[in-house]
Amino acid sequence: MDFDLTSEQKMIRDTVREFAEAEIAPHAAEWDRTEHFPIEVFRKMGELGFLGLTIPEEYGGAGADMISYCLAVEEIGRACGGTGLSYEAHVSLACTPILLYGTEEQKKKYLVPMARGEALGAFGLTEPGAGSDAGGTRTTAVLEGDKWVITGNKIFNTNGGYAKYVVLTALTDPASRGISAFIVPTDAEGFSVSKPYEKLGMRASNTVELILDHVRVPKENLLGPLNAGFKQFLSTLDGGRVAIAALAVGIARAAFETALAYAKTRVQFGQAISKFQAIQHKLADMAMHIDLARNAVMKAAWLKDQGRPYTLEASYAKLFASEMCTRTCEQAIQILGGYGYMREYPVERHYRDAKLVEIGEGTSEIQRLVIARQLGC
Amino acid sequence: MHVVVLMKQTFDTEERIRLVDGKIAEDGVKWIINPYDEYAVEEAIQLKENQGATVTVVSVGNENTTQALRTALAMGADEAVLIEAPDLSDERAIAKAIVAYLKDKSFDVLLAGNFSVDNGAGQVAIRVAHELGLPHIAAVTKLTIEGNQATGVREIDGDVQTVTATLPALFTAQQGLNEPRYPSLPNIMKAKKKPLTTLTLSDLGLSNDDVAAKVERVEVTLPPKRQAGQKITGTPDEQAEQLAEILVKALR
Repeated sequence: MDFDLTSEQKMIRDTVREFAEAEIAPHAAEWDRTEHFPIEVFRKMGELGFLGLTIPEEYGGAGADMISYCLAVEEIGRACGGTGLSYEAHVSLACTPILLYGTEEQKKKYLVPMARGEALGAFGLTEPGAGSDAGGTRTTAVLEGDKWVITGNKIFNTNGGYAKYVVLTALTDPASRGISAFIVPTDAEGFSVSKPYEKLGMRASNTVELILDHVRVPKENLLGPLNAGFKQFLSTLDGGRVAIAALAVGIARAAFETALAYAKTRVQFGQAISKFQAIQHKLADMAMHIDLARNAVMKAAWLKDQGRPYTLEASYAKLFASEMCTRTCEQAIQILGGYGYMREYPVERHYRDAKLVEIGEGTSEIQRLVIARQLGC
Repeated sequence: MHVVVLMKQTFDTEERIRLVDGKIAEDGVKWIINPYDEYAVEEAIQLKENQGATVTVVSVGNENTTQALRTALAMGADEAVLIEAPDLSDERAIAKAIVAYLKDKSFDVLLAGNFSVDNGAGQVAIRVAHELGLPHIAAVTKLTIEGNQATGVREIDGDVQTVTATLPALFTAQQGLNEPRYPSLPNIMKAKKKPLTTLTLSDLGLSNDDVAAKVERVEVTLPPKRQAGQKITGTPDEQAEQLAEILVKALR
């Protein structure tokens, strides 16, 4: 067993950290306040190869492993939760399905520009009546001649307002509830997005509703085999869960670091509050939970890199890290007291950002269901 | 054009210095490319991009130093050379090792940092230039290469000085020369495929006598701890009196 990162993994982590500390963290509070999606930062990240980190070199990516990618998501998430979420959605949810299921032509046409950072991607699954229960999908795709005609609505879509391509699911066999995946260019006629949602947290991330009104895409934009969409997105979500768990670790770390620094300098009753056992116990728990969550993320990522099954470990990591993150951010606010509740300090933002990670890409309830199923229940 | 960059790995500038048994503890420390050397690396890569140079980075150090060399490769250098000599301590010896490597190589531009942020001696690069009989321009904030002519701009006491030299020549980089880039993530992955050669002192034909230290480090100490402030209490009049007493005592 070896807990050491390789020199490439370390260098990627350090480079992303340096970038995130200089280019993202100083603006995170403002982006949160103004609901600004930092497209300009995504351009820079694209130039530096962040947006295709796990995509092989031949398709315009860096060819790094899942561990490197999780380290990168953690660092970006530590600087800004919303930016981390949009980054994760682009890589895990938009690029990865095309890499896994796309034809050579689809990869060249859609994956290469996304991996190079020339185009942002989004993934459309959730609908008013469908989330983890994909059976409720109402969006339909009907083959007319050599075009698929897609009609329906996708809600809570991350990156949809800035994406050039969306990977989305639609009913292709209503009788047997067969679902297929499609690559849809967002400049197609009939495609539009709502104005961004007003959200509790992750406000630097762009979240919109996608509206598809008889959007025609070429027949070859079907992604993977017909009616295999359900299986495809289950495996897509497995990878996404590991990455979003890394995002939770990053947000929790940010809150913890603020709380620790504050506790060491805040003086009450003649000493730093970090000298009080009540505060020490909180900080000890926070540090321990962050480390354990990161270990869970690294293990799931390592299994994926080894080509081994990791569905169970992905859910462990996602469930533990997300719930840990909310708890850690809540404790950070408690340590900062009144200051923690104010926008002057970043921990209330971390707390608001954290809550999403318990919901997105499979709620905690769904994670427990996945785990129980893996246990044979 | 062949550009060789002399670089050193140093502690991160935010690292706290700890002494253990009279030596600076190196465990758990974050290592970086010496910031001034990073300007030199960036300048070399810009020469590569704008004028088609090949860039070799050279460092004297230990196995850990490969990290810094790999970072330079990820930034865009073409090849790296590690002179593995962890026991060399004085600047003269390090310069000797670099000269032994460079003496039969052909190059046009030698770049290095103005000084290293750890020892801060600022000697190695200048010694190398001296031993190789090369012209050098120190602490440049602008460097222009045209044919075999180089023009360096240096800041001197509130003024600027422009100096020209004929290549091959050595230049040391000052803050302001450029803004070092982040290595791109694909280049980090590609860096492991670039050549990194490790040489020992005997590979370079140097004996222990050749690189024996001329300078001995007698002691390393941390700066004295700042004394805690003194609090004066009492009525304003009493405080003023006490303060006056303290000041008078200090002045005597």
